[in-house]
Amino acid sequence: MTAATRTLERAPRSRPRLRFRAVAAVLLPLVGPVAFILLWWAVSAAHVVRAVLLPGPFETLGYLGNELVHGTIAADAAVTLTRTLVSFAIGAALGVPIGVAFGSNERLYRSVEFVIDFFRSTPASALIPLFILFFGISDINKIAIASFSVFLIVMFNSAYGVMNARKSRILAAKVMGASPFQVFRDVLIFESLPQTFVGLRNGISTALVIVVVAEMFIGSDQGLGHRIIEGEQILHVTDMYASIIVAGLLGYALNVLFMVIDKRLIHWNGK
Amino acid sequence: MTALAQAAVDEAAFIRVRGLEKSFGGVEVYRDFDLDVPRGKFTTIFGPNGCGKSTLINMMSGLVPFEAGTVEIGGRDYRAAKIGYVFQNYRDSLFPWMRALENIEYPLRVRGVPRRQQVERVERLLAQFEITLDLKRHTYEMSGGQQQLVAILRALVADPEVLFLDEPFSALDYEMTLYMRDRLQAMFVETGLTTVLVSHDLEEAVYLADVLLLLSKRPTRIVEQIRYDAPRPRTPAIMGDPEFVTTKQHALELFRAEMQR
Repeated sequence: MTAATRTLERAPRSRPRLRFRAVAAVLLPLVGPVAFILLWWAVSAAHVVRAVLLPGPFETLGYLGNELVHGTIAADAAVTLTRTLVSFAIGAALGVPIGVAFGSNERLYRSVEFVIDFFRSTPASALIPLFILFFGISDINKIAIASFSVFLIVMFNSAYGVMNARKSRILAAKVMGASPFQVFRDVLIFESLPQTFVGLRNGISTALVIVVVAEMFIGSDQGLGHRIIEGEQILHVTDMYASIIVAGLLGYALNVLFMVIDKRLIHWNGK
Repeated sequence: MTALAQAAVDEAAFIRVRGLEKSFGGVEVYRDFDLDVPRGKFTTIFGPNGCGKSTLINMMSGLVPFEAGTVEIGGRDYRAAKIGYVFQNYRDSLFPWMRALENIEYPLRVRGVPRRQQVERVERLLAQFEITLDLKRHTYEMSGGQQQLVAILRALVADPEVLFLDEPFSALDYEMTLYMRDRLQAMFVETGLTTVLVSHDLEEAVYLADVLLLLSKRPTRIVEQIRYDAPRPRTPAIMGDPEFVTTKQHALELFRAEMQR
């Protein structure tokens, strides 16, 4: 029997199995969310928690849908997203070049390492009052503190990316006659990119966290953080839950976006 | 010029190492070390572990600094020489963010060769060695042998005066190693480039050599420079040839005597 006929014979048997696998691949990731919604529904329907504190999932999602079309939740999400992106952009624009500069000069980095590690370890939320003193209760304040956090994370990762660049590729470039600047531009930058991207991904998540917290506590009248704290205070809990869901989806979307960019841009990573 | 005079010129030391000193963490590896590498010949370096085989070519190519001594390539200081270098670990020496072709072009780019000439030079190189690889791929998409072939082409593209190879085939399986040895040998026959290859495999060291440099344990000296004059291109069948067997046997005896010292 030739290989070809064997394949032909086997094909019909394996086809239903393949289809099952394809269906399973689509359905499996849905198991978690469905189970979560069922659990939510069961807890609220059984009145384990008072209805005033925990509305049902379908009521909440229905409210969210209506609010997205007719209400202001999309506008609040847009404000939060804008603040997050602006903070991220400022933090990254400063963090990457300064991190690369520090990383290229290990002695320089060692001299400031403690300060960087100290502020990296300090919860950014602990600095909110300090930022209020300096920037007042303004939009700039929220962006300033989020940018600061992003900057530290991005700079730290870029510096380490450069410091841990594989020596062998740097040597390879040198032996081909590359100047220090060419080694930097053609090798060091690329070698540091995977680690820099770890920093950028952490940075965007942190920016969202800090912006939402800042919106809660630094007087604002817009943004998801403001909306969540207001929902809690006037006991409009359905709106609070809807806002939390939007904030979560926003964070998730940003994460996925950065993962896709990461995979596309740093295609060689892990290979 | 008589045939004899011609031979003398060919034999002239192209790389001249004098009074080389190098230690690692207080341990002397090279002390007052001299070496002449002949022009246009294939020199292989073999010796016990830790004797600094790779360190020797790394010092000659300027990758590793040394404490004292001089290295001249083609009559000038080694830092002025154009060097082609093939690393043992192709995965960590090729640039994975570039395509294979861009990797090969890189030494030309570094030297500021105009784009048109870069393309022409690479095309000529590929034609010369009958390379049929798909060079639009990224290097991590290629097999180990293909990657090392790309690394060798990259080392040759800028017309180096000397080619150094540091155990270039040690990460490949045996079949691929045999194939790559013959590709390298064909390139050597084609170019006549002064070539220095470090090997941890005595069979390979004899098979490829015009001159086999047998090193001692450290502090490292040259035990013997063994000549092997079999005509090229040599094929794996030559490994059964009496002269090959005798040469390898001789080197092995010296090596074992050295190990027992």
